Amino acid sequence: MRKLSKLFGAAVVWTSLSVAGAAAAECIAPADPGGGWDFTCRTIGKMLFDQKLVDAPVQVTNMPGGVGAVAYADVMSSRADDAELMVATSTVGVTQIAQGKYPADTSVMRWVAMLGTDVGVIVVPKDSDFETLDDLVAALKDDPSALAVAGSSGAGGWDHIRLLMLAQAAGLSGDEYKQIRWVQFDGGSPAVTQMIGGQVQAVSTDLGEIAGFVESGDIRILAALSDDRIPAFPDSPTAKEQGLDVTGYNWRGFYTGGEVSDDGYNAWVERLQKLYDTDDWKETAKANGLVPVWRGGDEFEAYVKDQSDQMRKISQEIGVIK
Amino acid sequence: MDMLSALAQGFAVAITPTNLALALFGCFVGTLIGALPGLGPVNGVAILIPLAFSLGLEPTSALIMLSCIYYGCMYGGRISSIMLNIPGDEPAIMTTLDGYPMAQAGKASEALAISAVASFVGATFATIGLTLFAPLLAKAAIYFGPADYFALYVMAFATIGGITSVNPFKTLLAAFIGLMIATVGLDPATGTARYTLGSFHLYDGFDPIVAIVGLFAISEVLVYLERVHEGEAKMVPLGRALPRFKDMMAGGWANFRGSVIGFVCGILPGAGASLGAFMSYIAEQRWSAKDGKFGQGDPRGIAAPEAGNNAASGGALIPMLTLGVPGSGTTAVMLALLISLNIQPGPLLFDRQPELVWGLIAALYLANVALLIMNIPMIGLFTRMLSMPQWVLMPFVVMVSFLGVYSIGHSTFDLFVMVGFGVMGYILRMLGISLVPVILGLLLGADMENNLRRALSISNGDFQILFSSPIALALYAITATMLGLAFLLAFRARRRNPAAAG
Repeated sequence: MRKLSKLFGAAVVWTSLSVAGAAAAECIAPADPGGGWDFTCRTIGKMLFDQKLVDAPVQVTNMPGGVGAVAYADVMSSRADDAELMVATSTVGVTQIAQGKYPADTSVMRWVAMLGTDVGVIVVPKDSDFETLDDLVAALKDDPSALAVAGSSGAGGWDHIRLLMLAQAAGLSGDEYKQIRWVQFDGGSPAVTQMIGGQVQAVSTDLGEIAGFVESGDIRILAALSDDRIPAFPDSPTAKEQGLDVTGYNWRGFYTGGEVSDDGYNAWVERLQKLYDTDDWKETAKANGLVPVWRGGDEFEAYVKDQSDQMRKISQEIGVIK
Repeated sequence: MDMLSALAQGFAVAITPTNLALALFGCFVGTLIGALPGLGPVNGVAILIPLAFSLGLEPTSALIMLSCIYYGCMYGGRISSIMLNIPGDEPAIMTTLDGYPMAQAGKASEALAISAVASFVGATFATIGLTLFAPLLAKAAIYFGPADYFALYVMAFATIGGITSVNPFKTLLAAFIGLMIATVGLDPATGTARYTLGSFHLYDGFDPIVAIVGLFAISEVLVYLERVHEGEAKMVPLGRALPRFKDMMAGGWANFRGSVIGFVCGILPGAGASLGAFMSYIAEQRWSAKDGKFGQGDPRGIAAPEAGNNAASGGALIPMLTLGVPGSGTTAVMLALLISLNIQPGPLLFDRQPELVWGLIAALYLANVALLIMNIPMIGLFTRMLSMPQWVLMPFVVMVSFLGVYSIGHSTFDLFVMVGFGVMGYILRMLGISLVPVILGLLLGADMENNLRRALSISNGDFQILFSSPIALALYAITATMLGLAFLLAFRARRRNPAAAG
């Protein structure tokens, strides 16, 4: 009995210690445990500590809701000057901002850096009739509603937009590509397994989560939405090579509150840049299907603003927003 | 034979003094986390991942510890269901139906023992299934499409009216309230906000665990306050501290029937442990309809859902490991853990990192035995909770509820939602409406809708897709038979005894 209460006491002390440690550095993952943003916080947080770039382990806080909108509103209203805080985000978050689904635009935050990017791909089952991207596009041109395509986002999300950008580049009109059937699943792997089971004919999503299925030969990449071929899969052609000038990256990075001092902001940029320069990060990135790419500080600020503007334009063109 | 030698090697990996100690630690902490309302396996594993890293554990050791926490939570969830009528986590809601009445009758230790044995049987059954058939069963998950999942949920809802012994109309009403609550949030297919009143906090709808803690724990406190005011003190008779062996086995074959059903639900990533527990309970109730005292403390009503939810959590590891598809919140966290250890689950995991997979499976066997051994003597500890005066217990329940719910999303909004659900739970109780179907409606409703929407997106809005797959048709046939049988029995009972059927 006494032993039990001692153990329990130890657990309580440990928990409160880890909460107290939050004063050191905190990373908010604006999603449930297990998602991509959670992964970003946990991996980067762990590596920052391993590389001794922070003094104490980085505390990861999950704040799910509204595809990141809840965390965005929280930081904006109550933690805008907290220099020990960073929040994980990605192209998916910027897409939401561009479509007005967050409480404010990109200007209310300070954008720290991106450390890597996932690459969008169009995949089909191994025994699919579609051999090239052309085959798929031709089928869509013939009858846009002939195919059901799946991805990890709802209609109007980044996975869907990337597919529509391809359709647009291939010359389908707005009325035509709106007829393409889009099916949402809770992630890339569920979408791919349902595709293998014959429920849908193609999947548009990030490569990272589904790379195992490509390696095992269950699915084929019809097109990589990147400038160059993906190092891990040099045999898979890009959309550009096949005549459709579309790229669709999903970068992983961080923002911090809009009223954080220059010193606080620069400290984060510097820490993350040091982390980016390690071999450790390059290996971790590769193991998780990410391509290491660095943009930090002012350059990243400008990049995010630019991307948000572009995304708004695309979303209007393809009719996701007015 | 290959498999046995692989498993033997797995045991060699798992049985080192450090790993065994970690496994025991994980089992103990997991049971505690599972038992505390609000704190479930998702938070438990997520909170302890940093511990695994800060201790500098090897991947296998970290995985062993966290899987033991996972299994421990599934064991622990039942404890507060039985003792306090407050489910520790989502899959444990069905255990309140018979577990709490049994504890009220002074048989708390028996109820805890029956559920411990059932958990052991369910989890062991699933682990054996995982050992023997993992790659094969993963294929089953692939051929189960959105229309089939929808049929599965239709089956669940068609049978929901029968789960409580009280008025089936009230039960149905409660389920519909749950369904209505499930519609709050972003529309899964189009991203349009529904009933969110412009608040970002409602974009993801209501978190079932927040609703559970509010409906059960907070309303329990409100009911208690009312009783104190009326000076109506209720003492639960204290039974024996440790159950007899014979009483532990009262679940009988219900353990195995529950395990099979739960396991099937577990390997389907769209179904999961809550549905597993529910289906096991329903099936057991039908199976032993004649002599059962379901809802009043039938041992089989505890054994079946507990075996079901533990078998389902074990089964859910199959699609997680072989396809990288998490079937539940907890397996999603396990998936994240694997990925942060640089292990990529998916079709190649068994070939590429066999020592890790088999080490994990071996650890699960060990965790099961450890949990059973640990849980039987701990029963005495938990039954003593009942001898605690309510004025001590209730503030503790309130504290743990607030703490647990806050730890989920670090949001004070969730606390308000919890209190709101508490008031709603109080009103429903006063009206004699059972709370379990409300949660079932909320839990299953969202998945049912998602799958309906997916099926209709695939078919471009053509409802025929719902009836075009053989799996779905078979499920509808079973549903129709079950419903027909229920009506027939009710009709007969009414003819034989017109006075009793009112």
